[in-house]
Amino acid sequence: MAEEVKLFRTWSTPFALRIVWALKIKGVEYETIFEDLYNKSPSLLQYNPAHKKVPVLVHNGKPISESYVILEYIDETWKETPLLPEDPYERAMARFWAKFGDDKVFTSIFGGVFVKEGKEQEEAMVEAMENLQFLEEELRGKKFFGGERIGFVDLALGWLANLISILEDVAGLKIVGEDKFPLLSAWMKDFADSPIIKDNWPPRDKMIAKFQALRDAKLAAAASK
Amino acid sequence: MAEEVKLFGTWASPFSRRIEVALKLKGVQFEYIEENLSNKSPALLKYNPVHKKIPVLVHNGKPVAESLVILEYIDETWKHNPILPTDPYEKAMARFWAKYMDDKLWPAATKVVVSKGEEQKAVIEEIQEQLKTLESELKEKKFFGGESLGFVDIAANIIVFLLVAQEALGLMEILTEEKFPVLHEWYQRLVDDAVFKECVPPRERHLGFFKARFGSSTASK
Repeated sequence: MAEEVKLFRTWSTPFALRIVWALKIKGVEYETIFEDLYNKSPSLLQYNPAHKKVPVLVHNGKPISESYVILEYIDETWKETPLLPEDPYERAMARFWAKFGDDKVFTSIFGGVFVKEGKEQEEAMVEAMENLQFLEEELRGKKFFGGERIGFVDLALGWLANLISILEDVAGLKIVGEDKFPLLSAWMKDFADSPIIKDNWPPRDKMIAKFQALRDAKLAAAASK
Repeated sequence: MAEEVKLFGTWASPFSRRIEVALKLKGVQFEYIEENLSNKSPALLKYNPVHKKIPVLVHNGKPVAESLVILEYIDETWKHNPILPTDPYEKAMARFWAKYMDDKLWPAATKVVVSKGEEQKAVIEEIQEQLKTLESELKEKKFFGGESLGFVDIAANIIVFLLVAQEALGLMEILTEEKFPVLHEWYQRLVDDAVFKECVPPRERHLGFFKARFGSSTASK
């Protein structure tokens, strides 16, 4: 039976990259539909009416939204090169850290440090550092969060390996310093240079331009309050 | 081998109560530790150093935090009376809707109890849009989980809290039989379920809790 897999995404969203990596790691053929979030396609609205967001995976006509839900679906449907461990406790730990990555790390860096300045940024930085320290400790004794090879948590946190340096360039400050976070810094390099991962980063100059514009807009909005 | 299961929770937290439902559905014996969140125990801080929150499940000394993560751990560890479907697509749908409860319904519910006037009306409308979405997902089913209550129904316990808050604070009615007939019937089945109803905060105490914490002289009707 012919298998039909489609991925709705934008060129830049880190949440969709997770899905790209997972599909490629498992050797799944798929079609990409790039969305313009200011002009969402009728298909996207039909496939994700609740949130109207990307990424959305459509497998043989059936849509799934929310990147971690999609990742687990992919892992359960295409069983080669498993992303999650088998042991229930290890699986719980993986889910915990993936959630921590989005709820705390991403929020404190992208929603905190990156879009603020001055004293507010300093305060946001303290929180971001605390969150990153938890990741640093979680890497102790391991090459990847998944152990010897890339796993669920590596894909979940993978955005750090590319986006951090872009945010640092745009905002003009260091977020993940090698002295403070030696393990995390090493992981970011190893992950970014891994096969498959390294071939799928979005164009850096485009990202710099995009995030510069984002930061400018946020700071302008805050200043006009 | 003796199994040791502990649950750190609070009586008024829907997240904590979810874990009680799952453990009881599977007949797992557990020790419950009621936490005082303004004076957290050393044990809680040791078992959940990252968030310092409840619920935390500790199974044979190993802690698991985050309620939906705990629910999945429970389902994978005690395999009878499953709360998640086996089919990967159905499972994905269950995870999606459980996340919807936490990402959409919960923030709106916490906002509605602290907002006033026009802002509160706007939040109530937002919640009702969400309930409409949930109702169309429920359709003809007895529970979100199908014939028996499952992952999404357990996660939907936030609705219980919302309705108690609504009553305690004299808010305009959010979930009524007229507005949401399908959801209303489901709700009756949920709170009537033998296991679920053991895991709902005692009503009078719960009403008092909301009145004390969020009540004011300017409740909007």
